[in-house]
Amino acid sequence: MSVDLATVKRVAHLARIAVTDEEAARMEGELNTILGFVEHLSEVNVDGVEPMTSVTPMAMKKRADVVTDGSKAEDIVANAPESTDNFFVVPKVVE
Amino acid sequence: MTDLIRLTIAEARDEMKKGAFSSVELTDAYLAAIEAANPAINAYVKVTADKAREMAKASDARRAGGTAGALEGIPLGVKDLYATEGVHTQACSHVLDGFEPRYESTVTANLWADGAVMLGKLNMDEFAMGSSNETSYYGPVINPWRAEGSNANLVPGGSSGGSAAAVAALMCAGATATDTGGSIRQPAAFTGTVGIKPTYGRCSRWGIAAFASSLDQAGPIARDVRDAAILLGSMASVDDKDTTSVDLPVPDYEAALGGSVKGLKIGIPREYRVEGMPAEIEALWQQGIAWLRDAGAEIVDIELPHTKYALPAYYIVAPAEASSNLARYDGVRYGLRVPGKDIADMYEKTRAEGFGQEVKRRIMIGTYVLSAGYYDAYYLRAQKVRTLIKRDFELAFEAGVDAILTPATPSSAFAVGDEDLASDPVKMYLNDIFTVTVNMAGLPGIAVPAGLDPKGLPLGLQLIGRPFEEETLFKTAHVIEQAAGRFEPKRWW
Repeated sequence: MSVDLATVKRVAHLARIAVTDEEAARMEGELNTILGFVEHLSEVNVDGVEPMTSVTPMAMKKRADVVTDGSKAEDIVANAPESTDNFFVVPKVVE
Repeated sequence: MTDLIRLTIAEARDEMKKGAFSSVELTDAYLAAIEAANPAINAYVKVTADKAREMAKASDARRAGGTAGALEGIPLGVKDLYATEGVHTQACSHVLDGFEPRYESTVTANLWADGAVMLGKLNMDEFAMGSSNETSYYGPVINPWRAEGSNANLVPGGSSGGSAAAVAALMCAGATATDTGGSIRQPAAFTGTVGIKPTYGRCSRWGIAAFASSLDQAGPIARDVRDAAILLGSMASVDDKDTTSVDLPVPDYEAALGGSVKGLKIGIPREYRVEGMPAEIEALWQQGIAWLRDAGAEIVDIELPHTKYALPAYYIVAPAEASSNLARYDGVRYGLRVPGKDIADMYEKTRAEGFGQEVKRRIMIGTYVLSAGYYDAYYLRAQKVRTLIKRDFELAFEAGVDAILTPATPSSAFAVGDEDLASDPVKMYLNDIFTVTVNMAGLPGIAVPAGLDPKGLPLGLQLIGRPFEEETLFKTAHVIEQAAGRFEPKRWW
């Protein structure tokens, strides 16, 4: 499988990365090189093989359903590019 | 003071125990070494001199008070991927500009709890995506090693290039690193240092910027096998904050050193003899086999038939997980924000400016293979292939193999700005051909220096072990180290 220029632009938008026409054209070639490389996997017979979902055979650890953290609003917004009264500030999203 | 930086962690620990010098003196010696070498090597992106002196002072006070931890007073460098409270943490990306977390990663917290001193944050490929340390926003790291009779700058490998270079150039006693496809073992091999990627689940991933969550593991880069064992013993823990952290006590890794490898079954996988592999790599491998055989190990040929599919499967699984993990860098909660006409435009501009080319490439691949209609063909198939790769190893271990010996890398360090590698991303990816299988299967792997190539550059061997049998790796790597000796670059900086 390979991607064309329109697909590159669509994927870039899905990934929320602005691309110029020039960048998209360059990426088209690079992505197709990588997709050509991963194409080797189609040679492998995977009939009846379970996909790996857990690296180590263990049940996922669960913690008690209790509050163990919180009341750190100032810490959480401390690195925000813009915040007011411990809220993140973003451009207006609802008219 | 320059003599102090020549001591290994074990030596410095034992000397400080005797009162030969203080942590403040040792720390000052390292800070002077960093000041002298960093302009040439670019291993540190942030030196925390004041904090280091404070920590060293506190360490000396603890020692005077009779409470010394396993790493008491030992100055270390920390890869920029680890969150360090109130200190530069950017995964060497522009998108995390100015980020200083209000929390500490579990692994670094373990080190400080054991008495270690932080010298600063180490350069790396952006978000650990790279094999040459050239994708860093802070510029490439220069390998302290140069080819015989040449002044050309070589890469230290990646992504933990700053960690490996800092250890090799004596700019820290040891360093933390991380490994998703070979990012500890490949730079260790390129710099004549020792690096171990422990079993998935051995070190907590909490507070380490996520690249590919099912592959990422923390581990140390050190000057010798003993130091690597000491560091891993402090880094590893059982952590409730990481649901994949395994409930197993941390053994005394250092105690495994010096044990006999007599009767140990060492597997040699034929599939690692790849086309176009330089003769010196094959010769090094044969030398490693001979050393272990001489030490009493039993050498057996094994088959790992799905080896050649590990790298293609990796370049689906890792970008897929990365595209999801890196979605959080959106200009809202931390780091860079580039204004736009609306919120979507702000996201797109922030990420376009904040991420470098290699990171964008991988996010794009990941987004594509997870997008509607392609999931089964790419991601699901890759996860099935991953099961087969893991099964190859399981069959070898079931047949009684204790560890597997392979070359660590297909070549020695290459030049900074190599045009051939820069023009074809897949060629760069092939650097991880011997290391990536280990991440796919979640196994432990150690890279240990084993010799020099005809250009005088270090080469490493890799040992792969059964899950959570790092002790076998340390014991066996120590035998190789005893036979090969240690390798140090000539000081040109």
